[in-house]
Amino acid sequence: MSAPGTSGARTGLRMTDAWYRYPGSRSGSMEAIDLILEPRDVVGVVGANEAGKSTLALVASGLAPQTVGGELRGSVTIDGLDTRRARPHELAARCGIVFQSPATQLSRTAQTVYEEVAFGPRNLGATRDEIVAAVGEALERMGIADLAGRDPQRLSGGQAQLVAIASILAMRPHFLVLDEPTAQLDPQGTELVAEAIASLASAGSSILIAEQKTDLLERVCHRILVLASGRIVMEGPSADVLGDARLADRGVAPPSGVRLRRALEVSGLDPRLLGTAA
Amino acid sequence: MIGLVEVATALLVGTWTGPLVVLLVVLASAAGAQVLRGVGLVLLTMVPFLASIVVINTFLFPGASDAIGRIGPLTPTWSGLSFALQISVRLLAFSLALSLVFLTTPVDDLLTELERRGLGRRGVFVLGAGLRTIPRMAERTREIADAQRARGLDTEGRPWRRVRGLLPLVAPLVFGALTEVEEHTLALEARAFSAPVRRTPLRTLPDRPGERLLRWGLTATLVAVLVGLAVAKVPVP
Repeated sequence: MSAPGTSGARTGLRMTDAWYRYPGSRSGSMEAIDLILEPRDVVGVVGANEAGKSTLALVASGLAPQTVGGELRGSVTIDGLDTRRARPHELAARCGIVFQSPATQLSRTAQTVYEEVAFGPRNLGATRDEIVAAVGEALERMGIADLAGRDPQRLSGGQAQLVAIASILAMRPHFLVLDEPTAQLDPQGTELVAEAIASLASAGSSILIAEQKTDLLERVCHRILVLASGRIVMEGPSADVLGDARLADRGVAPPSGVRLRRALEVSGLDPRLLGTAA
Repeated sequence: MIGLVEVATALLVGTWTGPLVVLLVVLASAAGAQVLRGVGLVLLTMVPFLASIVVINTFLFPGASDAIGRIGPLTPTWSGLSFALQISVRLLAFSLALSLVFLTTPVDDLLTELERRGLGRRGVFVLGAGLRTIPRMAERTREIADAQRARGLDTEGRPWRRVRGLLPLVAPLVFGALTEVEEHTLALEARAFSAPVRRTPLRTLPDRPGERLLRWGLTATLVAVLVGLAVAKVPVP
């Protein structure tokens, strides 16, 4: 591992007319997706259940079709690397993915959080010095340095998800794909992860985040994509898309600020009151 | 290594000698390593199994005629009892020797050393994840049982009720585990598990000259036992 993720040119994560079908399925689960994730971009993906958010996350990270199988048409490249031809570890060093469930992401071979976070860099063959530096940095960035000696199997859901994100960060990928990282967490765990994502976004990480919680997306994303039946049906700057009245028709709850503004309007009150109150 | 030699001796050396010697060594080692309590727990879990061996063989040993007495239609025999005790001692020696290995060797040390000695990352993963999956499965079983009880399933009381209560637990446990395997595989690939490079060890375990000497001595003992058996100089029942 040559200081993981830092080697090679950063040309972005690009999906051009991407179509994907799962193995055993006759129809596509994702169609005509065009997406560019430039360095320092934070893009949110919303949509109702079964809209194709997780599929998009798998394809963007390169796990589909390389590990999942199935058929990919169109083009998906990560820093110029074609995800159909690259080997999984080459993709893993460039684009990390975090899933919904913290429990299934832990390696289950590590006795401490430190070893858990070191799992990826060790797999990439990093030197011990590189591992120490990468793990220390990842733990600090996620604010969990105090958990280093704990058993990863005995953490709360929120803590375990922070460990999962730190484990990916330790591989120093250029891009981070988060697939509903707060879906299985309680409010406290959600807040922990939301703060960590906001911190990563403000530090300049390139993130694609599929999430139902639009409050979180409003806080961290520059752009939002709305998916329905595997296609992008709305796209644009975060404030525009999340404030669009048609969002609810797509099965997505607008952020609480937008809902409150609308409630004030319906009640005949001036929405600018919100600004005054703030 | 000590455990391995003991296991081989307990299993392979015949009559009472091998297993009894191993039992004594295991108990002495356990006392020295202060893990007698752990060994005792393993022993307790084996009691029902050992009892069934003794009962079945004592009463139903084929071809035996040296009756101890008569209990109704059943005739316990000395040959059956002797065979059952011998098998029990052997199983006990084997199991306790194996449990001694795990009670005295931290899993992490075992995996680190096995990996250093060339066991591939997949082998290390299977062994490590296997050992650590047991507590996770136990935890999941408790979660599912609680969830089922909350929906009115009776898992306590009479034995038949408990057995009936097991069925709704098994399906979610098995299907849940299978789903987790798929997600876990993806998560491992996302962390470069299949990278074709040698994994970097995080630490190196100390290996003192005395330990090396003991290891070689035990290896020689193991070879001697196996060779002895092969040339039939050690009696095999």
